[in-house]
Amino acid sequence: MAEPELGTRQRCLARRLADQREFVLCIILLAIVGVVAVADPGVLTLDNLSAVFLALSFQAIVGIGMTNLLVSGGFDLSVGSTVGLTGAVTALALVSGVPVPAALLIGLALGAAIGLANGLIIAKIGINPFITTLGMMGIVRGLLEVITKGQNIYGLPDAFKWIGQGKLLGIQHPILICLALVVLGDLALRKFRFFRQNYYIGGSEKAAVLSGINVDRMKIFNYVLTGLLAAVAGVLMAARFGSVSVTMGKNLELQVITAVIIGGASLQGGEGTVLGALLGCILMSLIVSAMTLFNVDIYWNTLIIGATLLVAVLIDVLSKRKRSVT
Amino acid sequence: MADNVILQLRGITKTFPGVRALDHVDFELRRGEVHALVGENGAGKSTLMHIVGGIYRPDAGEILVGGRPVRFRSAHDAAMQGISVVYQELSLAPNLSVAENIFANRQPVRAGNLIDWSALDRRSRELLHRFHLDLSPRTLVRHLSVAQQQVIEILKAMSYRPRVLVLDEPTSSLTAADTQRLFRNMDRLKAEGTSIVYISHHLREVFQVADRVTVLRDGRHVETLPARQPSGHPGTATSRAVAGGTPAVPGGDAAASPAAGLTEDAIVKRMVGRTLGNIYGERASEIGPEYFRVEGAAAGRFSDVSLSLRRGEILGLAGLVGSGRTELARAVFGVSPLTAGRITLEGRPLRLRGAGRAIASGLGYLTEDRKGQGLFLRMSVRANCIAPGLARFADRLGLMDERRVDQFAEASRSRFDIVTPSIGQTVGNLSGGNQQKLLLAMWMGITPKVLIADEPTRGVDVGAKSEIYALLRQLAATGVGIVLISSDLLEILGLSDRILVMRQGRIAGEFPREDATEENIVACAAGVGRECPP
Repeated sequence: MAEPELGTRQRCLARRLADQREFVLCIILLAIVGVVAVADPGVLTLDNLSAVFLALSFQAIVGIGMTNLLVSGGFDLSVGSTVGLTGAVTALALVSGVPVPAALLIGLALGAAIGLANGLIIAKIGINPFITTLGMMGIVRGLLEVITKGQNIYGLPDAFKWIGQGKLLGIQHPILICLALVVLGDLALRKFRFFRQNYYIGGSEKAAVLSGINVDRMKIFNYVLTGLLAAVAGVLMAARFGSVSVTMGKNLELQVITAVIIGGASLQGGEGTVLGALLGCILMSLIVSAMTLFNVDIYWNTLIIGATLLVAVLIDVLSKRKRSVT
Repeated sequence: MADNVILQLRGITKTFPGVRALDHVDFELRRGEVHALVGENGAGKSTLMHIVGGIYRPDAGEILVGGRPVRFRSAHDAAMQGISVVYQELSLAPNLSVAENIFANRQPVRAGNLIDWSALDRRSRELLHRFHLDLSPRTLVRHLSVAQQQVIEILKAMSYRPRVLVLDEPTSSLTAADTQRLFRNMDRLKAEGTSIVYISHHLREVFQVADRVTVLRDGRHVETLPARQPSGHPGTATSRAVAGGTPAVPGGDAAASPAAGLTEDAIVKRMVGRTLGNIYGERASEIGPEYFRVEGAAAGRFSDVSLSLRRGEILGLAGLVGSGRTELARAVFGVSPLTAGRITLEGRPLRLRGAGRAIASGLGYLTEDRKGQGLFLRMSVRANCIAPGLARFADRLGLMDERRVDQFAEASRSRFDIVTPSIGQTVGNLSGGNQQKLLLAMWMGITPKVLIADEPTRGVDVGAKSEIYALLRQLAATGVGIVLISSDLLEILGLSDRILVMRQGRIAGEFPREDATEENIVACAAGVGRECPP
């Protein structure tokens, strides 16, 4: 469906809810949880659930930026590499004695810089997002391999590791940070005029230009934001695992894009919500967990995730087709 | 059934979710005739032709070709029966050549099913020559203007040598010269035995070219009338439907008068079910002092353009397609760069870079391409309404005030009479006339001081046109000056207080309302005769 449908009282409540992707996803999630609970009630402990959430929290953080970007019609394949490089650079800085706050700043600034590079090339030079970020993906991952020479980075200071491994009120930090950012991100995209512009840009770039929206500036901002949030995830992951490997973040971009699209975004632009992206991440995680529970071979994971994506998009396309008059 | 009827539709009914597009419609096409099909947007003309072309299947009714009932399962079936349809939406491949587009999917082949390029070239040249077109078959379609592309689209259909040729709004992007060439080619096809269905909003063309005319309204067949005396020669239109009447366009050979008693007025009355009278309206208030000037504006496609606008004045900007009017408008609005020139509004110079600044300064621009650049087709009516004025619907913190948006959208809907089930409706589903009214609502909603309206009634039926003219008049009455760019001469003559003519990127002449006639405007625009010497 298009931009968040707010304020329309026309159709009946049930139909409007069904149109909302988030609502449908919630139902499906509850259904899966229900099935799992029936199969093995012992699985539904707070510990297990938070372990599942913890694993997906990094994905969800990246998903916030990716949702905003997809809404505006953009696309970023380089986020996984950015997660890896920013984590590594921060780690290297820490290992060289840089104080924690400064090291964090360096990592975040790097993420923003990568996003800026993407944004400038796409908005000002005009190379399409797919090719630009595909190239950037290679460049950034390559930089990571060069500076680490393929070795893992260990020996991170405890103060730093606390950021990723600490708990507050019994909930791990990454989960809290993820939830906070998701709430902020969802509100921003749903309610603020500044972010509403992205829906228009995604709807029709030319019409957005004529309507007075500064499309170039917004695009650059969107890519910087995406890079910055990827850096947050990267730094957080480094803190959580206490080490950084060369493969950190590999394939993350595809998982995030899949989750965001399941959550309601479209590659054409003009659609999507951050809440939907989070639900998409949760759904993907739950499916994998449920499969583990039912002793399904782990090799089926990739297939099932791919199938979920196609089914989600298929349902969306078919329901749209029925509703519009040819 | 009579022997000279090549195509007959009986009792055709077609329903889409929520709307009955066609209701037991009968239609009959005789051999060798040009049969015009007219009606408002939503009357069912396009739907009927989609059925004739095999794209839609009727829910009820039958189709007979050459006396035999047929059932089309696809466009291919229709093509096999000798029916060729040129739809409004262009379907050319922009990165292929003219020749490859004309013979799309039927390229001549030689041994081994390889494309015979020289035969393709030769046959394309023959075809282009036969239809008097000065184009190279090797030109890539994307390098052609929209007008030329439309001509190629028509040529593609004609190259099938169909028994039945359907043209849906073929002249919407054509110049006057192209239109006349099209009519001459249609005559040739008629002489060769092709029967033609001609759909158009331009009723004067109907008189020029049609033998009979059928009027549809709300999905029903209203009436089929003879459009001309049986003289057989293409004539010139003599219609005096516009109050204050404009003289007949000269030229053309043996003038055939339209069938006794049939005027544009009569057709319009059957189309809308009521008389429209003078759709252009009258000036409602005084014109104020000059307040907007453009001096010496220049960019790629125009140079040394100066104009002034007074409060409440409607300034018509006439010219041939390609004369630089839209480029001028976009440059004045700030979306394309100006290499020279000064723009002043209310005495203050405007430094315009980007539409945002232009809008903030009080300019508004209604683009000629409402689908591609004006509206957000996948978004709702309410979202579109507020697009140019987004900032006005956010509070101090930057939060969108959804209730105000709803109020504004509902108010716009009723004030501009936009027909839509709700303000949440996707704009792509609205009819052309309602889309155009929505575009007008968007731009009048930001209360501009100056409005540049580029082709504000292109592809819009006569009922919606009169509504749009009334709205423009209302806007002018509040003191807003309007620059009206239009290829519809009657529209320019009917609405404007003053008319500027652009020719090849320069202002060629200026006519006050009293002095302007179709002939002198056309002559000035084309650079012929003694009007506006170069």
